[in-house]
Amino acid sequence: MKRRKTLETVIHGVFLAAGLITIAFVLMITIYLIIAGIPAIREIGLSSFLFGAKWESTANDPKFGILPFILTSIYGTAGAILIGTPIGFFSAVYLAKIAPKSVKRVVETAVSLLAGIPSVVYGLVGMLVLVPSIRKLFHVPDGASLLAAMIVLAVMVLPSIIKVSLTALAAVPKEYEEGSMALGATPVETYFKVSVPAAKSGIAAAVVLGVGRAIGEAMAVMMVSGNVPNMPSLFESVRFLTTAVASEMSYSSGLQRQALFSVALVLFVFIMLINATLNFLLKRQKEK
Amino acid sequence: MEMKKKRTGRFIYGAMLHFLMIASAGITTILVIFMIIYVLWKGIPYVTWELLSTKPSYLSGKIGILPDILNTVYLILATLVVLLPLGVGAAVYLTEYAKNKKMVELIEYAAETLSGIPSIIYGLVGMLLFCQFLNLQKSLIAGACTLVIMNLPTVMRTTQESLKTVPQGYREGAFGLGAGKWHMIRTVVLPECMDGIITGCILSVGRILGESAALLFTAGFAHALNGLFDGLTSSGATLTVALYVYAKEEGEFEVAFAIAAILMILTFAMNLIADLTGKYFEKRRNT
Repeated sequence: MKRRKTLETVIHGVFLAAGLITIAFVLMITIYLIIAGIPAIREIGLSSFLFGAKWESTANDPKFGILPFILTSIYGTAGAILIGTPIGFFSAVYLAKIAPKSVKRVVETAVSLLAGIPSVVYGLVGMLVLVPSIRKLFHVPDGASLLAAMIVLAVMVLPSIIKVSLTALAAVPKEYEEGSMALGATPVETYFKVSVPAAKSGIAAAVVLGVGRAIGEAMAVMMVSGNVPNMPSLFESVRFLTTAVASEMSYSSGLQRQALFSVALVLFVFIMLINATLNFLLKRQKEK
Repeated sequence: MEMKKKRTGRFIYGAMLHFLMIASAGITTILVIFMIIYVLWKGIPYVTWELLSTKPSYLSGKIGILPDILNTVYLILATLVVLLPLGVGAAVYLTEYAKNKKMVELIEYAAETLSGIPSIIYGLVGMLLFCQFLNLQKSLIAGACTLVIMNLPTVMRTTQESLKTVPQGYREGAFGLGAGKWHMIRTVVLPECMDGIITGCILSVGRILGESAALLFTAGFAHALNGLFDGLTSSGATLTVALYVYAKEEGEFEVAFAIAAILMILTFAMNLIADLTGKYFEKRRNT
């Protein structure tokens, strides 16, 4: 009997450890990034690091200003969301409310396939289809640009936006819609004036989730954005926060390497803010 | 007159929204079909037995992707071996043991945070922690450890969802017959939540197949042909990393598309398997 009790205590401890390990991982990642990211920021100076307009990490007199990366990440994400949200939103309303069962099944399968395609495949297709088309269409010397990255990211955030909005829309109580239709509204009016407002926290969460996906994507963007640390401009080759880390990490050393960790820390801060917003929205949706 | 105007207005409003919805869903579907057809059409012709069964050779200048395929398999195995006990254990703790509600919320919040962190950051931290601090160098093991952290929330969530559906009466029944808690979990709860564990596995395998940014700095991109144990301790590219390197660094688009086509087919297969297992377990539960 006593042995059984000890066994139970040990097992309890093992499961407790497994439960706590998630928290440990989050703390570990945070602490590692802070420890690795702070030294370069202290050496360069916070404001000249964050607001410096020039990144010349391998020059004799190196400059480590990451404003171009920050702005590119913000513009690129904003562009992707501007393109992706309307398409995702309308698709979600269609799937949730109007689509016949068979159509719904086909489109939903398509969407989950879209979510499963590896990001390098998006990058590859972007590189060989999108980049040359942009070059021809807009007569620019090189199609690898912010615009190409925006379009690729827009496609990549579509599945997140559609899936989360769909769940939110499907959870709207039937009575709301029936009530609205009984008062004489057409189905389409009902969906957009009753169902959508009722699901607005969930739809907002879908968009925020898309923002998180877009700002964190590295490989696909790396393959289509040209990767030159310019200030963002639609047809110019640009570098994102994520690609800044990815492109120089393998050969960096000294202050340059530390600065890359600082770039990652800045990205991490962005992500944490987005996560907090997402959690807030999801909680509000659940409370309804 | 006024009435009629209003009615046309409403009609146009409805028709426009209707059109927008169908157009959007159409665009999404066409995009997917285009991606699939384009990649398969460009890639399949280059998927030859020679490509699949050899390693890159400098002598003949030919590229083979057998090492990359094996690396992918090793990486998936190594990740799952560590990931499953951790993820399932965490889920069991949350649903069966944890009594403190604050604690449960904290762990769930941590898991959500983990699933929001982009893979490039995992790659960086994995490099600092596993490759440098634990001195594993660039190796598949270091890559697998990084992927364990990344996929932990997935397995934890699917198992937890499934554990919640196990009727409370089963547990009480087991206790009533004199089973200890561990015995009850092992014989009653875990077998009942197999569907969640398997779903978590499938989702994780899908993510590992598609992962590249987290592996670039942790597992590296060598193409050596190794057995399981040598493979785990040496640097190696998975299929996705190999695709990236061939397309971006070496301009070998034929090989890149061949790999892309293989990845596309695997993505298909994973989706199908996930669907089928979901249906299978649903059916079993209902009978």
